[in-house]
Formats: sequence, structure tokens, C-alpha cells
Amino acid sequence: MSINDIQRRRFDTLIIGAGGGGLRAALQLAEADASVAVVSKVFPTRSHTVAAQGGMNAALANVLPDNWHWHMFDTVKGSDYLGDQDAIEYMCRAAPKVVYELEHSGVPFSRLDNGKIYQRPFGGQSQNFGGDQAARTCAAADRTGHAILHSLYQQNIRAKTHFFDEYFAVDLLKDEQGNVLGAFVFDIHTGEELIIEAKTTLLATGGAGQLFRTTTNALINTGDGMGMALRAGVPLQDMEFFQFHPTGIAGRGMLITEGARGEGGYLVNCEGERLMERYAPKAKDLASRDVVSRSIYTEVKEGRGCGPNRDHVMLKLDHLGEAVLQKRLPGIRQTCITFLGIDPAEQPIPVYPTAHYTMGGIPTDRYGQVVIPVKDTPEEPVHGLYAAGECACVSVHGANRLGGNSLLDILVFGRSAANHIIETLKETRYHRPMDEDSIAQAYERLHRWDATGDGESVEQIRTDLKKAMEENCGVFRSQDVLDNGVKQVSAIAERLKHARINDNTSMFNTARVEALELENLMDVALATVYSAAARTESRGAHSRIDYPDRDDKHWMRHSLYSLEDRKLDYKPVRTKPMSVPSFPPKARVY
Amino acid sequence: MRFRIYRYNPEADKKPYMQDYELHEISQGMMLLDALLLIKEQDPSLGFRRSCREGVCGSDGMNINGTNGLACITSLSDLKEPVEIRPMPRLPVIRDLIVDMEPFYKQYRDVKPYLTVKDPLPEVELKQTPEERDQLDGLYECILCGCCSTACPSFWWNPDKFLGPAALLQAARFIGDSRDQATAERLEALDDPFKLFRCHTIMNCVQVCPKGLNPTKAIGDIKKMMVKKSL
Repeated sequence: MSINDIQRRRFDTLIIGAGGGGLRAALQLAEADASVAVVSKVFPTRSHTVAAQGGMNAALANVLPDNWHWHMFDTVKGSDYLGDQDAIEYMCRAAPKVVYELEHSGVPFSRLDNGKIYQRPFGGQSQNFGGDQAARTCAAADRTGHAILHSLYQQNIRAKTHFFDEYFAVDLLKDEQGNVLGAFVFDIHTGEELIIEAKTTLLATGGAGQLFRTTTNALINTGDGMGMALRAGVPLQDMEFFQFHPTGIAGRGMLITEGARGEGGYLVNCEGERLMERYAPKAKDLASRDVVSRSIYTEVKEGRGCGPNRDHVMLKLDHLGEAVLQKRLPGIRQTCITFLGIDPAEQPIPVYPTAHYTMGGIPTDRYGQVVIPVKDTPEEPVHGLYAAGECACVSVHGANRLGGNSLLDILVFGRSAANHIIETLKETRYHRPMDEDSIAQAYERLHRWDATGDGESVEQIRTDLKKAMEENCGVFRSQDVLDNGVKQVSAIAERLKHARINDNTSMFNTARVEALELENLMDVALATVYSAAARTESRGAHSRIDYPDRDDKHWMRHSLYSLEDRKLDYKPVRTKPMSVPSFPPKARVY
Repeated sequence: MRFRIYRYNPEADKKPYMQDYELHEISQGMMLLDALLLIKEQDPSLGFRRSCREGVCGSDGMNINGTNGLACITSLSDLKEPVEIRPMPRLPVIRDLIVDMEPFYKQYRDVKPYLTVKDPLPEVELKQTPEERDQLDGLYECILCGCCSTACPSFWWNPDKFLGPAALLQAARFIGDSRDQATAERLEALDDPFKLFRCHTIMNCVQVCPKGLNPTKAIGDIKKMMVKKSL
């Protein structure tokens, strides 16, 4: 099809991504009578929110005393003081309301005897600003993400949201002033291209866990929105902070929820020792994820790992009893039986830190508006563009996300972005004309893959990229290793320019989709290694053996990586909350 | 290990055919999806859906040696060679193992699969006892993979009139939810010779459900409620 024949459709709002963030926003907008198009490369309930297990934090105080301010403290501390405290206050205050709304929309939360929502302890949670363990995580057994995603999709069916299922978004479209005006997409079924014109566009495309070989993430998590934002001239923020979940199934990567430790499970080394007692005497197995992952890594490195190769540790759950496991953790029990032939009611689970979550992303304010530095202003909104969820960086997670704050993030900021969009739409009555060049660029990027002939395969390049990232950008880092990562990833990125797929067919061409996904992933990989090599301190998930301490004087600031010249810039952390005093940086012990 | 895979690309092929593949790098504990991903490295033109790799997203439903299942949680060691893989039956094939799921999704939408509360909502959660919540176990876990409905002969014969096991399981999920206030309307909407009553308890759905759910029982429970209501 020639570029002039491409159909155009107009909506008030375009949402790219149909996970929890996208669907929560879509629901809010549909209920406000805005016309919404949701574009998703997979059917909505296949989005990765579906795989979230343990739950969602909110200070409901259903089990133990709690309030949003304690939740805020824990989140700021968990972020290793890189989180923006205004956004964190906003999120923690909004959390109970957002949970109740979800419950009203049908989420089958587990229940307490008094009929209220069940809450379990999770890592990094405390009462009274660092005191006793809290129980803040609202759960539907260990299928909370599934329960939430399906309920949100169902409510969107009721609200008659317009879905473009199995459409792939290639690039954002703009005008000459840089206003974002929609996206260039294609229908994966037919290959047919489509220009969606929208007064506002929300990116809700999730994370980039496919950067690494061993990951808890779905194959679709390729950082598409982050790639689109970079190409539209938006920098990515804090990409050096990538979370390794302490308990992926060793060697395979399937997630075993932190809720397993919340319910009373614990980690042991080859000597049967409860290893976390040494690294976090107070919180033990419920220390922050970065702390637990480093502990496991250290145990294995010092020769106390389990198994014939001593390359993992064990997560013990058998003492909890079959009844508790079946009631509270049925999903991970089944996963262990399926993938390991092990019933955790009888045997411990082999686990190892596994790539899990992209703390960094597209910089936004707490209304979901994408913000970029313009001259002397560090945070100027990009007109028409919003982002929410894992693809965004508000930043509420800073250098390390707390378990249970991810579902919360997508729902709070999906909702707040939608509310801001509703206000923006009141002032934006007409669609602006697009810059035809921006359409041509997207068209060319897509059709570059029509070229046939000799060239490396996408599969080979992807395999090499994941290996390079795993070897050079893992749990512990140093300048040598990171510099090598920059070199390797840059070389792999160069190879991608000459790759070929040799499949020109239109109908459900998955080879083409995978090629476009790899382009996104490649830009995100570069952002990650470049940002990591530049940060000469240890903070949260970014742990440098050559710079073992946090350096607040030089590094309490956000990184901003731009595609142009692979340039790094920085902006200050927003340490001033909305209404309460700041939490000043302190040594972070659990 | 040997595989025979259904291939059909409407742009290139006059009719569907079976293609043979062989893999040498089979290791212990591998799932069928792992094998398909390796085959796709050899032949990137092979089309199938996949995402989570652990049986939660419901993307990779397919017909494996004659039985529907999810590739990602089907162990290679359980499969007889050559492993014959076809798209899920009865739905239109888009390409290779990818079917058009829209008729299946339409059935889902037809049962109004969303909680309906008519009373004013409280400022906190609606209360539900653990026992009431237990009623949803075995119903809410559905991942919409389509394995059950496309294994059901009643669905094969009347996909436009019979709602199929997956949609009916969803109907039961909301009828069974103590918070839902549309039970009467839901039962009335199903009171039809086809929508619900074309289930002949053949139980293929129960046999193939990768999540171990029991749509036949859910359908039976709906029938019982209808009888009770009519008395």
C-alpha cells in the first residue's frame, strides 16, 4: 500500500498498551464520554499485568495498623531516596481509593473473616516509619494481576471501549512544533497500516524484561513505548536501575512471588542456614528486593549455593503446610509442579535473582504528562503525550521498587493520566494537522524490513543482545564490565541495521513484529548500559563493586538518556512532597 | 525429536499442509513452546501466538497430538513422536497455528462478563465472607485460551448459538459472586434452547482445560439454579 492510501481514523485519545495501566485509563476516559482507541499488540488479557502474583499495596489497615504516610516512608526508603516524594505521596494517598474502586469493579480479592480484603506482608514494609513489619499487600491468592487485568477488561467491555486488538504501534506522529498527535500502527492480522489521529496519546506499553536472557517477563515485554518515545525525541530516565527479583526459578526464570516469603517462606543456603539473617537481621527475608538479590548472589559467589553446581539457593515453604499453600499460593505451587516436578508443600524451590522490572522509563509528572528538559526548565510537558505504568518513570520507584508497588503504580497513574487527559480534552477541541514527514518516517521504518537478500537474522542478534546484557549489566557492576557492555551493545546495535527477515507476507507476519520489537529493545538496551556506565555510585538496584557507597552529594539526581548522540543529562530529584515534610536521605538498613 | 506442524499462509499457499521439523537440542524439562521457539529460529515464517511462557496469559492454545492444550506448559517428555501440532479446531485459521478468536471472544462478551452492582457503592470495599469468596474458586481463574470451547462438539456444531464452555464458565463466575446483583437477568438471558442447554456434558472442556477448571460443573450449577428459580 502506498503511503497516501493509508486510512486515517480520529479519536480523542489513543492509548497504546492494554495492560492494567492502559485499561484503567481507558475505563476512566470511556466513563467520561471521551472517544478512546486502545491499541494493543496482543489481546488485552494477554498483557503482562496478568502475570503479577503477590498483590498491590494500600494502607487499608485490614490486618495490622497502617496509614499512607508509613507506606510513603517505606517507598521513599525502598527507592534509596531517588524517588520523587511528591509523586510517592500522591500514590500512597490514592492507594486505598484505587483498591476499593477495583474491588467494586469485580476483582475477586481474597477475604478476611470479617469480609474485608485480605492483606499480606511484603518486603520493605513497616509500621510507624521503620518499626514492625506491616501487612499492606492486597491479594487475590497469588493471581492478583490476573484478577485485576480481567476485571478491568470486563469493565471496559461494559463501557464499550474501542479496542484495536493485535495492532502494532510503529511510531508516534507529531507536528512540526513537536506536539504528539497520534501514532502510525498496523493491523497484525492483515498487515494493513492505519494512522490514528488523537488529541492526546497515552503510552502504557510496560517494561523491557526481554533485555535479559533469564527473566520473569513475558516475551512481549520489549520496551516498545520506550523505543517510540526515544525516537520521538523524549529522553529515558533512570534506565540504569533494573530490578532483579530474588526468587525466579533457578535457570528458568519463572517468578515465585515475594508473597511466598510474606506468607512465611524463607531462603536457605547449602548449609541449611537462613541466609537473610546475616544480611538483614531485622527484616530478614522481607528486606527490599535489591538487598535480597545481592545476598543470594553473594552466597552463591562465596560457595554456599545449592545443587550440583552450587549455583542457586533454596526457598523453603514446606513448613507452611499444604492448606496454606493451596489457599494463598496455588499458582506458584502449580508452576513448580509443572516446571520442576516439585511440590513446594514437600520440597524447597531452587531460586536465583532474575531480571524482573524496569524502574526507569519515560519521564512523567504525577499527572502522567511526559516531561522533558527544555533550555533551563528540567520538566516541560510534551503537548499531547502521556505515559503510565512500567514504561513510565514518575518516579515513584527510584532506584529500587518495593514489591506490591507495581500494580499500584499502573492503576494510580493510569487513572491520574486519564483525569488529566479529560481536562486537556476540554481545552483541545480540534485535531491539529500532522507533519507528513513524521508519517513518512514511520512508514519507512516499517518498510525497511521489506528488503530481502543477505543479512543476519533477527534471532541471532536478539540472542547476542540478551547475552551481552546479562553478562555486563547484572546484579553487581563495575566500570570495566559496564564499559564492555557499552561496547558490545553498540556493536550489536550496528548489526541490527543490516539484518533481514526475508518474509514479505502481510498476514500475521510475526517475524516482522519481532524485528520491530528488537529495534525497540535495542534502543532501551543502549539507554540502560550508557546510563549505568556513567553512574559512579551504588544506589538501590545499581550496585557497583568499584563504588560501593551511595553518593548523595553527586548522584542524588535522575539520569536522562537521549537517542541523539547517546547523550546523558541529569535533573534533580523532587524531594519536596505535596503536603508533609521531606524524608531526608538516611543510611538504608533492613 | 520430530514434529509435524500445520502450515497455512493464505497469501502463499493454495491449501494447508503439514511440515516436518526435527530438533536435536532437546533437554530435560523442555516444554513444547521451547521447541516451537527453536523451530521458529530455523524457520521464522512459522506463525503462532505466545507471551508469558508459564500458562497465565492464554496465548498459545493449540491442538497437540489431537488434544487442545497450552504449548508453554505441555512437557515434551509427555508427547509421542512425531508431535503433531494443529491450530485449535473450528475457528477460522489466519495463518499456521494462529486462529481468529473473535467468535470465541464474542461469546464471552455476550454473557456480560462484568460485576453488576445496583445499590449505591460504599466508600470502602463491598464485604464478602471467605466462604462466599470460595464460591469463585474454580471460576475466576479462566485465562480465555479457548482450549475448552474449541474442543466442544456442541460448539463445533453451533458456534453462533451455543455460548460454549468458556463463556458459560464466566456466566457462572458472576452468578456465583455474592456481590453481583444481576443474577435474575443473567439466568433469564441463558434460558434458551441453545445458549446453555446445548451442553450435552461430553466433558471435553474439563479434560483439556489447562488450568484444571470444570466448565461442565459450572454449566450444571447454572441449570440447577434455573430449575430452582422456576419452581
